[in-house]
Amino acid sequence: MSDSPILLRVRGLCVAIGEGEDAVRPVDGVDMEIRRGETFALLGESGCGKSMTALALMRLLPPGGRIQSGEILLDGVSLPDLIERDMRRERGGRIGMIFQEPMTSLNPVMTIGEQIAEAVRLHEPEQARNPRLRVIELLRSVGLPDPERRTDEYPHQLSGGMKQRVMIAIALAGRPSLLIADEPTTALDVTIQAQVLDLLKGLQRQTGMSVLLITHDLGVVAEAADRVGVMYAGQIVETADCGEFFRDARHPYSRKLFQSLPESRKRGRRLAVIKGSVPSPRRRFDGCRFADRCDRAGEPCQGQVPLCTLVAMRHAVRCHFAEEPDLSATGPGSIDPTPADAGRNPPVQAPLIEIKGLRVHFPIRAGLLRRTVGQVRAVDGVELSLAAGRTLALVGESGCGKTTVGKAILRLIRPTAGEVLLQGESLAGLSGAALRKRRADMQIVFQDPYSSMNPRMPVADIVAEGLRAQGKAGKPDQLRARIAQLLQQVGLPEEALDRFPHEFSGGQRQRIAIARALALDPKLIICDEPTSALDVSVQAQILNLLKDLQQQLGIGYLFITHNIAVVSYLAQEVAVMYLGRIVECGPVEAVLETPLHPYSRALLDSAPIAEANRHVERQPLQGDMPSPSAPPPGCHFHPRCPKAQPLCRETYPKESLLESGRRVSCHFPLGLVLDSWPGRVGMYSCPPFRGRTG
Amino acid sequence: MMAYIIRRVLYAIPILVGVNVLTFVLFFVVNPPDDMARMNLGIKRVTPEAIQTWKAERGYDLPLLYNGQAQGLEQLTGTIFFQKSVKLFSFDFGRSDSGRDIGYDISQRMWPSLAIAGPVFLIGLLTTIGIALAVVLFRATPIDLTVVVAAVAMMSISGLFYIIGGQWLVGKLLRLIPISGYDTGWEAAKFLVLPVIIGVVGGLGSGIRVYRTLFLEEIHKDYVRTARAKGLSENAVLFRHVLRNAMIPILTMVVAAIPLLFMGALVTESFFGIPGLGSYTIDAISRQDFAIVRSMVFLGSVLYILGLLLTDISYTLVDPRVRLS
Repeated sequence: MSDSPILLRVRGLCVAIGEGEDAVRPVDGVDMEIRRGETFALLGESGCGKSMTALALMRLLPPGGRIQSGEILLDGVSLPDLIERDMRRERGGRIGMIFQEPMTSLNPVMTIGEQIAEAVRLHEPEQARNPRLRVIELLRSVGLPDPERRTDEYPHQLSGGMKQRVMIAIALAGRPSLLIADEPTTALDVTIQAQVLDLLKGLQRQTGMSVLLITHDLGVVAEAADRVGVMYAGQIVETADCGEFFRDARHPYSRKLFQSLPESRKRGRRLAVIKGSVPSPRRRFDGCRFADRCDRAGEPCQGQVPLCTLVAMRHAVRCHFAEEPDLSATGPGSIDPTPADAGRNPPVQAPLIEIKGLRVHFPIRAGLLRRTVGQVRAVDGVELSLAAGRTLALVGESGCGKTTVGKAILRLIRPTAGEVLLQGESLAGLSGAALRKRRADMQIVFQDPYSSMNPRMPVADIVAEGLRAQGKAGKPDQLRARIAQLLQQVGLPEEALDRFPHEFSGGQRQRIAIARALALDPKLIICDEPTSALDVSVQAQILNLLKDLQQQLGIGYLFITHNIAVVSYLAQEVAVMYLGRIVECGPVEAVLETPLHPYSRALLDSAPIAEANRHVERQPLQGDMPSPSAPPPGCHFHPRCPKAQPLCRETYPKESLLESGRRVSCHFPLGLVLDSWPGRVGMYSCPPFRGRTG
Repeated sequence: MMAYIIRRVLYAIPILVGVNVLTFVLFFVVNPPDDMARMNLGIKRVTPEAIQTWKAERGYDLPLLYNGQAQGLEQLTGTIFFQKSVKLFSFDFGRSDSGRDIGYDISQRMWPSLAIAGPVFLIGLLTTIGIALAVVLFRATPIDLTVVVAAVAMMSISGLFYIIGGQWLVGKLLRLIPISGYDTGWEAAKFLVLPVIIGVVGGLGSGIRVYRTLFLEEIHKDYVRTARAKGLSENAVLFRHVLRNAMIPILTMVVAAIPLLFMGALVTESFFGIPGLGSYTIDAISRQDFAIVRSMVFLGSVLYILGLLLTDISYTLVDPRVRLS
């Protein structure tokens, strides 16, 4: 690949938005080269300018935006110099583009076939009269099942993964030589992400196109890219071949990104954080853009703009110290040595919360009289328990019911059946004042810190609301002191009190949300994907904070997530959920190291890991999760299970209890030799799990 | 789908009953027949006998809700509530206080009203959408700014100004068409041109602003970016993607207004002397003919409910997300 001709060459690209003094420069001198057949990953955190770079290539900048200087040569053609009509031929022709949000990126009132046909008509005139055949061929090539029927469906009838396949089909219609994929899998589950990445790789092999993959996820880079460019504050600060990058990243920012990744081997230690925050795009720089946040910043960094230095073959770094040897003393995998918790597994005490046979069913009503014709079994018999000071992670694909479990525990949704015991006291019978009193013990932190706080309330009121509702507010000055103390506890200055949520960054808002949850001294906090809307370096800050708080206050966390890496870093126990039921549950090392349920295995395999040479062969999980209103008969997982037997189609497996406290619901658990099977609950010995070295 | 429509129709029934009862309370309890008679007869001629006669002539001498003197079913039917309100359900409007058949009057006056309201509605809709689309095509340019400022100015001017100004300019100064009046058949056309134009122009300002906002909201959505990334021209993006999606809120807003076109335009018709339902209502109000006002209030409510019903149904037709779920 490294000797194939260059397809796209970008030199000194600058994008400006706005005029004169107010102009911001989200892209400020980007250089890159993409060769034919190569996947170039543009890696960076939100606001670094990576999407703007892509939009500039397409000449689809938002209103007020323009390419200020620089050259973009696609196969020798200078894109900025084309007239609009010729540029339209390039868009969707030689350059295809797919976007992050497949849910909203398709026109909701047009059939998917029509939307693909539109692109076919534009770019393949010979097919224009009857594009249907070509549309079906495209749908088949992106692996959409039953394309003849699907072509007449509307976007809302497809799952997220299928919509992203349709987006890819649209992009492929013009037989592009460059495909720009802007965070193509960020909104998708890991299992679907694996499918889409595999699809892109396969299509690239067939067509020989180049891919510009824009992502914030080091794992996706490791999985899919040949070359990588790390972007920071509008510039590419490091470019290297993928293998070289994961072995020997040189820029301090790249290294920090690696160090802030949660991983199992960093358990019990703090994750590295990058001090400060991303500089404003309005700022003009005299020196290195990363200098303020860099541990290694020295004399030349403030006053002298670093140039790109070639440190190895095809490995360029924009840093004054790129070639200094002591930089590599902390390799990409090295860890901040400060321990976060001395005893990494707190002792197991009496359960703080026990969930028994929890069911949440939503009726489906239809017909003239709105009769109940079925049930959506969102949660269908969940058993969990969690001790004080420990973290139980609940993992699964979106729609598996994990958030509903959290809400049912808090009684934000009334459970259909089952019991929730908080310190031995059942919450099921409680109502009115008694329930309200108990609510102080259970709090929640939501996924999206942007929409989970009232934008018209100052921070002080947001944090104090729980105290007021519980009648614990006290005198105004006492209350203020208490809120200031809470803010300090989550690492926010006291001045934050009178400001409004929109004045804070995503990470700071999540801190406010945590302060709000802490206000009532809860015993349990349900963390519903608290870091999935945040950048990696900010995620590290929040995870550190959650860990510290648990240490100090002994709070139990029910951590709802789909991010396996976070689970392996943070949790002591993990429960894997599929279609409303727990399929496997146990200590985190055991479950992640030797999963017994094929679904757990598949989830782990799908999760991309940020290590070099991770191009392993694996079987991505086929298809989507079925609807919880009509779960498949027998084991819910059997239609997607590679190990399914006739028995699996008939009966749902009983739960087996294993000696290490593990539970699994599978007729044929992986790697287990069973004395008597199937269908009997008994004690079996677990294979010894290998402790992860490193 | 069918079940949905039937359920919507069934929901409309209690609303209609409520409207009917409210109208009854308004017209016979708040303002009892004695007061009506007094107002109609004028201060000088009011004697108890005159009131009695006035009421008897118009059927207002019955008890309100329950007739104790009658026998059997008559006890309920021989009341003002039954005679005047319940009968409205069968569109039996009875006679006006001056003795004319209201149902016949409505059926006659409906058509001139429609002849103005229909064209105003259609032409107005097409012009406003067309201008709004053009403005969106030139968004963030001086053209956009100019049109928005003009639209706000046009909204700020009273409707009466357009009528009087139009009559003065076209009728008096240019002497192109008669200022007011009406005729039968095709002859009516020359009387309709001016009110239609003025109706359209009067609604232009607010219409452009509403549709422009709707289109701008759509144009920033992700699927529009996808459409552009395909290489579609800006025109294709606007007409095939933006317009089609924006039509969903537009249609639902517009459909609700269709039944009310029958009611005519109160002020315009009076000014132009057009014998429609609008001027009918205005005249009845000034003559204090409560029978007509009551009928028109009820008719308006029925048409409004019908409009909402049509909105719900049209939603299921234009939006595939609603249609199939």
